[in-house]
Amino acid sequence: MTRVISAVPVGIIPEPLLRAQSTGGKLLLMVFAIILFAVVFGLVLAFASLFKGRNGEKVQGALFALPAVALLAVGLVYPALRTVNLSFRGRTADGPYSLDNYVTMFTSPELLVVLRNTAIWVVLVPFLATAVGLLYAILIDRARGEAFAKALIFLPMSISMVGAGIIWKFVYEYKQTSRPQTGLLNGVLKLFGLETRQWLLDAPLNTLMLIVVMVWIQAGFAMTVLSAAIKAIPDDIIEAARLDGVSGFRMFRYITLPSIRPAVVVVLTTIGIATMKIFDIVRTMTAGNFDTSVVAFEFYNQIFRFNAPGVGAALAVLLFVLVIPVVAYNVVQMRKEA
Amino acid sequence: MALNHTRRVAALSGALAVALTAAACSSGDGGGAAGGDTEASQIDCAPYEAFGDLQGKTVTVYTSITAPEDGPHIASYRPFEDCTGVTITYEGSKEFEAQLPVRVQGGNAPDIAYLPQPGLLQTMVATGKVVPAPPETEANVDANMPDFKEYGTVDGTFYAAPLGANVKSFVWYSPSAFADAGYEVPTTWAELTALSDKIVADNPDGAVKPWCAGIESGDATGWPATDWVEDVMLRTAGAETYDAWVNHEIPFNDPAVAEALAEVGRILKNPEYVNGGYGDVKTIATTSFQDAGQPILDGSCLMHRQASFYAANWPEGTDVSENGEVWAFYLPAMTADERPVLGGGEFTAAFADRPEVKAFQTYLSSVEWADERAKTCGGGGCVTANTNADPNLLTNPIDKLSAEQLTDENATFRFDGSDLMPGAVGAGTFWKGMTDWIIGQDDKATLDFIESSWPS
Repeated sequence: MTRVISAVPVGIIPEPLLRAQSTGGKLLLMVFAIILFAVVFGLVLAFASLFKGRNGEKVQGALFALPAVALLAVGLVYPALRTVNLSFRGRTADGPYSLDNYVTMFTSPELLVVLRNTAIWVVLVPFLATAVGLLYAILIDRARGEAFAKALIFLPMSISMVGAGIIWKFVYEYKQTSRPQTGLLNGVLKLFGLETRQWLLDAPLNTLMLIVVMVWIQAGFAMTVLSAAIKAIPDDIIEAARLDGVSGFRMFRYITLPSIRPAVVVVLTTIGIATMKIFDIVRTMTAGNFDTSVVAFEFYNQIFRFNAPGVGAALAVLLFVLVIPVVAYNVVQMRKEA
Repeated sequence: MALNHTRRVAALSGALAVALTAAACSSGDGGGAAGGDTEASQIDCAPYEAFGDLQGKTVTVYTSITAPEDGPHIASYRPFEDCTGVTITYEGSKEFEAQLPVRVQGGNAPDIAYLPQPGLLQTMVATGKVVPAPPETEANVDANMPDFKEYGTVDGTFYAAPLGANVKSFVWYSPSAFADAGYEVPTTWAELTALSDKIVADNPDGAVKPWCAGIESGDATGWPATDWVEDVMLRTAGAETYDAWVNHEIPFNDPAVAEALAEVGRILKNPEYVNGGYGDVKTIATTSFQDAGQPILDGSCLMHRQASFYAANWPEGTDVSENGEVWAFYLPAMTADERPVLGGGEFTAAFADRPEVKAFQTYLSSVEWADERAKTCGGGGCVTANTNADPNLLTNPIDKLSAEQLTDENATFRFDGSDLMPGAVGAGTFWKGMTDWIIGQDDKATLDFIESSWPS
C-alpha cells in the first residue's frame, strides 16, 4: 500500500499519514488525497486560463490532457516497457539480454500446452458465445415473455467469474458411480445408467468443460447487444424482403446477418479480448492443473509461484502482441459504426 | 509454501475451535478457557527485568491466526504483560503471507511476526529488516529447542526462535475398525505393506481399500503428496541424504529421491491400495485434503497419512482417541528401531530492537510461555517446539501424542522439506510435479521437471 502511494510526490503528504493504520488515519489520508487532487486540478485550470486566443486554446488542451497522459505514462507505458525489457533478461529477469525466455515459451512441453489451450479458448469462446447469443436473440425476438427470457440468459453476466467457477465446479463434481452424486452432470449420467467421470481431469476435455463456463457467462452479453441490433433493422427492409418471398433461414442469411454485421464483429472481438486474458475461471476450477493452464494464468504462475519473472514477462508480452490486432480491429469497426 | 501453511494454520485453528467447544462442554472448572476470566499464571519476572523498565511500552505482533483462534494466543501473553507492564497488540490477518513483505518493504513492519516457514524467514532476512534474536532468546532456544534452532538461522546468524510445532509422520486409522478386522498397528515398513496387502486380500470386491488420499488444495494443490515423499525419503534414504536433498547438494532427480518416489508410488499409484471411498488413483488429484481421510469413518478406507492437524477435520463429535473412532499411528520406519519424524512449525522474527521487543521475544522462547500456551489452550493444536515444556499440561490426546513424538529421545526430527526449499520449488514446481505425477506422469519425468526448475 505504502509503496503505491510513494509513487506520487511523497514530500507533500506528511509522513505519519502514509503509515495510517487506524480507520481515522485512513480517512484523514483520503481527505488529504482529495484535497491534493483539487489543488492539482485548480492549478491546471488557473494556469490554462492564462492562455488566450486561438493558439492559447491549443495550449489549454495540452494542459488539460497532461495529467491523464502523465498518469498513463507512469501507470501503463512505463510498466509495459519494463515488462518487455524483463522478458529479454533470462529466467529470473536479472541476467544478460537474450531470447531464452521466448525459446523456452515455444519449446518447453508445459508452456506449449499453455499456448495450445489459449488457442482453443480464443477460437471457441467468441464463436460459441456469439452463436448461442445470436440464436437466442432471434428465437425470442418479439416472442411472448421476451423480457423474462432475456433476463434468464443475461443473469450469468452478473455473476463474477470466480463465482461462476465455483458454481460449475459443483456441477462437475465427481463421485464414484456407486455413491450418491453431488455433481449435477454426473448425477444426470448416473440417472441414465452411465458411468460417472472426472470432467476436470482428462485433457483436453477439461479445457472444453472450462470453456462452457465462459460461454455461459458471455452468451448473455452477446444476446443483449445482438438483440438490440436486430430490433434496429428498419421494418421496411424486412417488409421488402418478405414481399420478395424471403423467409426463414434465407431471411437470416441475406437480411438479418448483413444488417447486424458491425454489431456481430464488436461482440466477437470484445469476447475475444476477454477470453485472451481469461484467468479467474482457470484459477478457481483447476488452478491450472491437469494441463488446463492458459497464458494469462501461466504468467502469474511463473512470476509469483515459480520465481521465473522473465518467463512470466515473455508470456505477458505474447499476450500483449496477440491482443493488439484484435483491439485495433475492434476500434476501427466501432468508428465505422459511429 | 505460503498458502500451504495458511491451510495448515486454518486446520490447526479449527482443531482449537473444536477443542474449545469440547472443553466448554466437558468441564466446569477446567480453567482452560482462553481469554476468559481465569487467573493468569504468575511467572518469574527476573529474566525480563534485565531489559529495564518496560512499564507502559507496547509490542505489536502480526500473525496469520485470526479470530476466534487468536484468543488462546492472546491469553498466553498475559503473565508477561502482568509482570512487565508491556501491552501486546495482537493483529491476525488471513492475508499474512502476502501482506507481511508489503508492510516490511513499506517501512511499516510489525515488531514481531510469526513466520510459518523458514523459507519465508530467508526472504525476510534478505530485505535487511529482520533483527537478529537477542542473546537471552538464543540462550532459551539453546536450552529448550536445540533441534529447531537451525531453521531460525540464516547464513550463520540466529534470527527467529521456534514457536509452535506439529508432527506430520502420522497415519490416521480407526482403532475400532482395526480391532473388528483383527489388524495390528504396523511397526515397520514391511509390516505396513503386509497389512495393506492383507486388507486387499480380505476385500476382494474392492469396496474397502487400505489407503485413501487427496491432494487438492486450491492454489496449493499437491502439497500433501510432497509430504508423502519427504516422509518416505527420511525412511528410505535417511536423514543425512534428506538434508542434502533439501539443500540441493544432491539433485532433485538423484537416484535416492527416485527410490523414495517409487516407494510412494507403490502405495499412492497402486490401484489396489487407493483410493478408498473415492475411486481410482486419479481421484487423489481432485479430492481435497480436508475430505481425503473421511472414508475412514464409513469403513471404505482404512489408513490415511496426514499430519497431526488433520484432527481438526473430523466431524464434530468424532471420538478422536486411542481406542475411539479415529486415532493416528506413527508412520513406521524401515525397522522398528529407527524413528525419523517429519514436522513443521512457526518462528518469531523481530523487526525492531527495542528492549520491550527483545523481552517479549525472550518470553515466547521460554518454558513459561510454552506451559502457559498449553494451559490457556484448553484443547488441540497447542504443541510447542519447547522440549522442556511440561507435557502433562496438554489436554488434547493428539497434542499429547505429537509432543511425545517431538520429545522422543530416539526420534530424528526433520523439518518439512518443501517449506525449506526455495519457494519456486517448495511451493511451486514440487506441488505441480506431484499433481502431474498422480494423474499419470512417470517418476523420471516428474523429478527431471522439478530439478530443471531449481533456481541456480
